[in-house]
Amino acid sequence: MKTENSTCQTVQPLVPLCLRHAILGMVAGTLALSLTLGSALAQSSDPIRVGAVAPKTGALAGGAAVTFWPNIALWEQEVNADGGLLMEDGTRRPVQIIEYDDRTDPSETIRSVQRLANNDNADFIIAPYGTGLALAAAPIFDRLGYPMINVSAITDQVDTMTSRYDGVFFTLGETTPLAQGIAEQMVELRDAGEVGNRVAMVNVADAFGIELAQAAGVIFEQNGFDVVYNRSYPPTIQDVSPVMSSVIDANPDVFVAFSYPPDTFALTEAAQIQDLQVDAFYTAVATPFPSYRERFGDSINGVFGVGGVNPDSERFIEYEQAHIEVAGQGPDYWASAVTYASLEVLAQAIEGVGAPDRDAVTEYIKNNPFDTVMGEWVFEDQRINNYWTVGQWQDGKFHGIRATGDLEGAVEPIRKEGW
Amino acid sequence: MQILITGILLGGVYAIVAMGLSLQYGVARIMNLASGEMLVAGAFAAFWVVMAHSFSPYVALLWVVPGAFVFNWLIYRYLLLPLVRRAKSRGQLEVDSILVTFGLSFALVGIFLMVFGGSFFNYSYLSRPVEFMGSRYGLNRVVAFWIAVAICAALWYWIHYTRSGMAIRAVSVDPVSAGLVAIDVPRMSTFAFALGGAVAASGGVLLSTFLTFDASVGIVFTMKALIIVIMGGVGDMRGAIVAALVLGMTETVVARLVDPGLTLASAYLLFVLVLLFRPQGLFGRSTT
Repeated sequence: MKTENSTCQTVQPLVPLCLRHAILGMVAGTLALSLTLGSALAQSSDPIRVGAVAPKTGALAGGAAVTFWPNIALWEQEVNADGGLLMEDGTRRPVQIIEYDDRTDPSETIRSVQRLANNDNADFIIAPYGTGLALAAAPIFDRLGYPMINVSAITDQVDTMTSRYDGVFFTLGETTPLAQGIAEQMVELRDAGEVGNRVAMVNVADAFGIELAQAAGVIFEQNGFDVVYNRSYPPTIQDVSPVMSSVIDANPDVFVAFSYPPDTFALTEAAQIQDLQVDAFYTAVATPFPSYRERFGDSINGVFGVGGVNPDSERFIEYEQAHIEVAGQGPDYWASAVTYASLEVLAQAIEGVGAPDRDAVTEYIKNNPFDTVMGEWVFEDQRINNYWTVGQWQDGKFHGIRATGDLEGAVEPIRKEGW
Repeated sequence: MQILITGILLGGVYAIVAMGLSLQYGVARIMNLASGEMLVAGAFAAFWVVMAHSFSPYVALLWVVPGAFVFNWLIYRYLLLPLVRRAKSRGQLEVDSILVTFGLSFALVGIFLMVFGGSFFNYSYLSRPVEFMGSRYGLNRVVAFWIAVAICAALWYWIHYTRSGMAIRAVSVDPVSAGLVAIDVPRMSTFAFALGGAVAASGGVLLSTFLTFDASVGIVFTMKALIIVIMGGVGDMRGAIVAALVLGMTETVVARLVDPGLTLASAYLLFVLVLLFRPQGLFGRSTT
């Protein structure tokens, strides 16, 4: 999406770079145009401009296509179906989304945010998708004075970030509590005699996987678990069967993988093929995806995963229906609804202030409750403290079973009976 | 034993991923950075066949192979041949073709995104175990391996035992001299490039039966193919196959006996070692 005309007119050796940028710009430009044109034409003259930066290509594109982009489209449609956001003077202003692909590259995320603020004059910018990308962009959101309601940013730096940046919010949780969730769940199940004492842990070797594995490992050991296997693997791993063989050799009772989407699928398949027999099986990101259920069917009954929702709540069912209509696919059972909730917060805050006034919106978010698909949200120290940490597939639905706060709809875990 | 078999299964798949690029780079002298995208195109075709028609994904080969062949033929004819004609030296052609195919890879990713969207794709096919010598392996991987072997064997036979195959080898060794003995070099190069594309796409069909993929995963396989082709020796199919098996074996051994976190590092270490001690590749001839 960047063309950087200035560099293109300079010295000879830059010509290859220019070509690359020109082609990129052309492809991306056409894409952006076709994406925004439709909505722009349909709307009245003075929309509220909302920027969205997230991967459409690169390593995190698959996750963003499930969790991020459909919610942006759904929100735009729902808000504009009502005529737009209600302003102080009684008029309604529609929202117009401006999308950028950051190609899963943090420097590109930052550039796109700057471009949204300076060239596109965006009134608001939706927080980027992915921990690394979001954290990289937080300083620039702060410097440009935009509120940033993070969803897919899971970190233990929430304290540092919120004390340093006034308008940065977190909603999906922090690393340690998420790792604690599964570890404590296992401790409880073991004490009840449901699972054995031997744990095998694997994790994807990037910030997310490493942080969670470290946090969980400590809790397992403190509680007298025997960690029989604990290894990481690279994000682009093409064959996890050697990993699974090693796990099986270690003869664990509990299998915990802090994994990313492609390896979540691969590990589950390898476990089924190589017949890993454990009392509890946990994989992380993508476990709550509807495509996980489509791929593995009933065999995943009893599989634990990260996050969760209350899939039986009226608000969630309504949201799920709307999501399927707009996106042609269901939401995932974790971050999707939270992403939508973060947009509801933005909309309610703008309406509460009655104008697209960024400073006032930031203040409003800090001091008011919000009615969202995830229930009532109140930000404390710029974060949501009630969130799901562990869920489980039960009869075709991914139910939240454990949360940091007191969340409605938690169910009792069931026992996993083979594959 | 289990490590050996797992490693060979992985290596076989790497071999077919690299074979396409080996033909394109070795014979047509095009360092095709869009090779991975051809592979992803094949994977999407297989996905579509399974989802829309619930056929076996290998049915997709019936039209993926001719489709990719024609598509790559057109690419070479209209996009790359002008570059070949213009290029004053092999070095210049390499730079030019890298730029064009790099751009092409972005265009293809953009098209995949528009048509299929950016989410993850996979489907369940032959996802059952087969027992062999006391260990269990995924049937989908075993089947993919044997199909890869069949394709490689067919290519091998063609290149070493037929007249047109010999012409291909001649072009690979020296395009100028090949022209002197009445080999139609542009035509053979076009054919090799198109065939390379078809092989890469059929590799994608194979991979899709057990890997989760998305529109932008192609670059991962381009890199793997690149390593294998350079390790094996440019333009040498034998080298590419051996290098692929060595790579698959190394990754498996490291994952199983050392640490799965080091598989990527071990692959690149191997690459560096080959470059250090045999810069022309395992089977390559040293350049004069």
